[in-house]
Amino acid sequence: MSETIEQLADREYEYGFVTDIEMERIPKGLNADIVRLISSKNDEPEWLLAWRLKALERFQKMLAEGHHPTWAKVSYPEIDYQDMYYYAAPKPKKELESLDEVDPELLATYDKLGIPLLEQKRLAGVAVDAVFDSVSVATTYKDELEKQGILFGSFSDAVKDHPELIQKYLGSVVPYSDNFFAALNSAVFSDGSFAYVPKGVRCPMELSTYFRINAQETGQFERTLIVAEEGAYVSYLEGCTAPMRDENQLHAAVVELVALDDAQIKYSTVQNWYPGDKNGKGGIYNFVTKRGACRGKRSKISWTQVETGSAITWKYPSCILQGDDSVGEFYSVALTNNMQQADTGTKMIHIGKNTKSTIISKGISAGRGQQSYRGLVRMGPKAHGSRNYSQCDSLLLGDKCGAHTFPYLEVKNASSTVEHEATTSKIGEDQLFYCRQRGISEEDAISMIVNGFCKEVLRELPMEFAVEAQKLLGVSLEGSVG
Amino acid sequence: MLEIKNLHATAGDAEILKGIDLSIGAGEVHAIMGPNGSGKSTLAGVLAGRPAFAVTEGSIRYKGEDLLELEPEKRALAGIFLAFQYPVEIPGVTNNYFLKASLNAIRTARGEEEVDAMDFLTLVKEKMKIVEMPQDLMGRSINEGFSGGEKKRNEILQMLLLEPSFMVLDETDSGLDIDALRVVANGVNHLRGPERSMLVITHYQRLLDYIVPDVVHVLSEGRIVRSGGKELAHELEEKGYGWIEGASAP
Ligand SMILES: Nc1ncnc2c1ncn2[C@@H]1O[C@H](COP(=O)(O)OP(=O)(O)OP(=O)(O)O)[C@@H](O)[C@H]1O
Ligand SMILES: [Mg+2]
Repeated sequence: MSETIEQLADREYEYGFVTDIEMERIPKGLNADIVRLISSKNDEPEWLLAWRLKALERFQKMLAEGHHPTWAKVSYPEIDYQDMYYYAAPKPKKELESLDEVDPELLATYDKLGIPLLEQKRLAGVAVDAVFDSVSVATTYKDELEKQGILFGSFSDAVKDHPELIQKYLGSVVPYSDNFFAALNSAVFSDGSFAYVPKGVRCPMELSTYFRINAQETGQFERTLIVAEEGAYVSYLEGCTAPMRDENQLHAAVVELVALDDAQIKYSTVQNWYPGDKNGKGGIYNFVTKRGACRGKRSKISWTQVETGSAITWKYPSCILQGDDSVGEFYSVALTNNMQQADTGTKMIHIGKNTKSTIISKGISAGRGQQSYRGLVRMGPKAHGSRNYSQCDSLLLGDKCGAHTFPYLEVKNASSTVEHEATTSKIGEDQLFYCRQRGISEEDAISMIVNGFCKEVLRELPMEFAVEAQKLLGVSLEGSVG
Repeated sequence: MLEIKNLHATAGDAEILKGIDLSIGAGEVHAIMGPNGSGKSTLAGVLAGRPAFAVTEGSIRYKGEDLLELEPEKRALAGIFLAFQYPVEIPGVTNNYFLKASLNAIRTARGEEEVDAMDFLTLVKEKMKIVEMPQDLMGRSINEGFSGGEKKRNEILQMLLLEPSFMVLDETDSGLDIDALRVVANGVNHLRGPERSMLVITHYQRLLDYIVPDVVHVLSEGRIVRSGGKELAHELEEKGYGWIEGASAP
């Protein structure tokens, strides 16, 4: 059994190529001038620069006072925040009249990643915003969406075209002072995606952002903001990859979601950043703050994530259940192998009456991978009649890996209920032997068992992504879990 | 069909099988009885290639081939089937998916075409009737939450689908009520034929009323201590194993 598991753990990282393209980079380091420079690249209004500078001040204070978060069960050498680039963009960044003007090298890159951007080849039913290092390089189906009043495109364009929306919502869910990495991101974020679905509109296609880190020694700091007005519905997906490099690269993103009365946001992630090599050299540090606010009554936010990449993942997509009867969901599959580390989970903050949350977390560890589930469920004093159900399952492949569960509960009223279940299992020799006795190869058996284990989460993903996720999980079987 | 010579096998440090000789011809049904812990399931496991056991001496030839050379899945593809004493649960993988994957692996190995979803459904329905298994078990995770009897029926269902040539039934009768016993035995008898052989492990002669064996062996402390016709089973039921063990003591 161990042999096949090692093969699975050793499989090549498919997206490790580097795009050879001329880049514009600003000098290394982090200070007020750098922040001003980034802001001026995007022609930002005064208020936004001021906000960034406040965030920078906060970050520098936290850094000086040693507020770098240490509570997560991950370990890595200290990061030198002066020794990296905070902005890199393909040259020249001019106003594009149409997608046909996008650098062919970039188009080819996205083709290779399976995300064709040109009209003829586009994915049907999925609008894509392509973010390359620090900037958004293209957005598909923008005009079609606009006809229904849906705004979708790069964050920097949104700052120019819809400043009132950005000013209203930016930092309203994740303030710049929220945490160390949120402060860093707020100071230096360069681009990202913005989606806005107006009252009563059901977004007719999946919106998606594809993040690609390409440049060396460069961090990616993007910002995503999604707003669903009363009764609106949107399903949004993000995918991420990076070249194989020996150095560690930092990805510190912030995602904010706002759902008003009766609105629904479904947010799915397939995270496949470069995980580093077998011995733990290189790989992305994925330190991300994701939070959704169910502001309106009966609103609903669902997070679904499949996390297979990154050297270190530190990420807790959360829901603030403010509106009465609002619903928060978190479905997660995290896979760590070789030397990968993941500390991931969620926070469900119940504020309104009769709010409901569900947490399903599936952790798979192989090789020497280490993984922790960390989740907080808080039932506020006014969250009468609220409920939470949490289920955290861990599956171990081999005996050199580890799984840990840290559930935190705070219940401040007598009428809410909280249920928590946790299991840890090994892929048993018994299960493998049973499959093999029926003529199924060991490799297929492992895939089958892993997929079965993740089923409850995979079925939450939109179809196209479910397939990719299954493949990512080392799977070569068709429709096993459906 | 199967030729076992001087088979010794260990689990961990312990030697469990201590020199087994057994020859089963095509079309024959042999029964193995013996006290708890005597090594019956170990023998079944060794035949199927369970990695927990190591063969330290002796040989097994199957259809003229060296069986011990083959990986477990290759043995399955070559027609060896083990109905497990304790069928394993696999959460999230539907019985339906699993059986189809298994059947197609085996059909491919036999040089037959894979079956598609429709044909598979028809086939499975037909076999389910034989073992009187409720339809909804196909959509559930393999053996998860199945009752003891449902698990055993599920084993026989798989056997009926795969049509193996050498079958080992490890206490398939344990935990079955009287009616289920008849149903399961009926399923097994469906597969009896001149080209197929069986090794039936049981504690109760009752099963052997339905699946009538050609030969009965008694296994004790890793050795076959007595072999005889089907009347041996009756005798055992009356007198218990003490009778044989006493008789075979050196
Ligand atoms: N993996 C193992 N490691 C150590 N000992 C084992 C292992 N498997 C089986 N044994 C031991 O080998 C002996 C024979 O076990 P086996 O399961 O073959 O008995 P059995 O005849 O099938 O018994 P039963 O009638 O109870 O099913 C027992 O003492 C058992 O504890
Ligand atoms: Mg046994």
